[in-house]
Amino acid sequence: MSGVLELHQVAKSYGEGPNTVHALHGIDLTAQAGELVAIMGPSGSGKSTLLTIAGTLEVADEGAVLVEGQDVATMSANDRARLRRRSVGYVFQDFNLLAGLTAAENVSMPLELDGLRPKAARAAAHAALDELGVADRAGHYPDQLSGGERQRVAIARAVVGDRHLLLTDEPTGALDSVNGEGVMRRLRAACRRGVACVMVTHDAQLASWADRVVFLRDGRIIDHTSAAPGPESLLVPSAES
Amino acid sequence: MTVRHALLALLSEGPKYGLRLGQEFEARTGEIWPLNTGQVYTTLQRLERDGLVESDDDADTGPKKDFRITAAGDEELRRWLRTPGDNGAPPRDELVIKVLVATQVPDVHVAELIQVHRRHLVETMRAYSRLKEDAGEHDVGLLLVVDAELFRLDAVSRWLDTAEARLRRRPDPDAVATVPARPKLRGRVGARR
Repeated sequence: MSGVLELHQVAKSYGEGPNTVHALHGIDLTAQAGELVAIMGPSGSGKSTLLTIAGTLEVADEGAVLVEGQDVATMSANDRARLRRRSVGYVFQDFNLLAGLTAAENVSMPLELDGLRPKAARAAAHAALDELGVADRAGHYPDQLSGGERQRVAIARAVVGDRHLLLTDEPTGALDSVNGEGVMRRLRAACRRGVACVMVTHDAQLASWADRVVFLRDGRIIDHTSAAPGPESLLVPSAES
Repeated sequence: MTVRHALLALLSEGPKYGLRLGQEFEARTGEIWPLNTGQVYTTLQRLERDGLVESDDDADTGPKKDFRITAAGDEELRRWLRTPGDNGAPPRDELVIKVLVATQVPDVHVAELIQVHRRHLVETMRAYSRLKEDAGEHDVGLLLVVDAELFRLDAVSRWLDTAEARLRRRPDPDAVATVPARPKLRGRVGARR
């Protein structure tokens, strides 16, 4: 079955000669529509490089990257930029909201850049903010929002429009665990609507929200979880008196 | 988990009969800890023997016999709530022992062994997170129980990460023999399970 995102034997190195750093080797990864895949590994394992290549922000040295069936290596830079605007949403740890734009403008801007009329883009932005429970903050600037609100605006911007692939890097960032759980519930809700989500993290609690967890070490996939057991697997025979 | 104090807590809300106590215990703990009716009645009998609960001896002795908390029971409940858990001595953790042993066994790849346990932990945590997702945000009793378990498993996962990083950086095994003697912890380790 083809995925929304497919990586085949992807490799990436930085530097030359004896200073070469091999960031990724032989990466095979697929994310299906409706699936949340976590990439778990320590600092320096290649997680962020994998995400930037998956998001077409960087080009792989070897192998193929397909987004919605299109091989990004055969696309022009303009076509890749269009693919990023239309199909790929990003949520980063530090939110990356534009300080000079309101919450609504941050969310509507990618749609307007893609040619949608301002009125329709604003309506879509308000709908996305409403779904994330921050419609009442639409006119506020990022520095007027709490960390949790900024993160929700960033998710609204990532899922607005007809995006089919969501890429997230430690998406709960520095949020406390209850607000972090709220972010994960929203990512899961996006997946239920058919979005494929790839999340990189070093955090086991965050990874445990995923359908599948892939373990990365030294630029290689070394392991992955088996099929998800149901909650009934947790039942213990009896409480202790 | 002490059923004894959980039953006192439920009775602090007012008189209840055994069957209802069992049902409420399970509901309040997110049905994570199943409790059989026999266990409820055995515990109630012990509480009554110790003067912490009372019932109407002459009244219905069937499953709908009401139990009430006594003043001594209320005092015991409040004392227990404020008593710290036993965090003084390190527990004898099977996983810690396995990793320590693995570092000594020839031809065991410790990083691979750590990954086997890490994967198992993440799979268990995933089942808990799914339970949380299915429960929604209103079932606070369940969420608190699941959070506690997720944080416990997360701590083990972090310990595995630290163990792996530490073992990667460990010095030449031949040099270990020259490490100076350290203060004895052996008397404390393993004191608590």
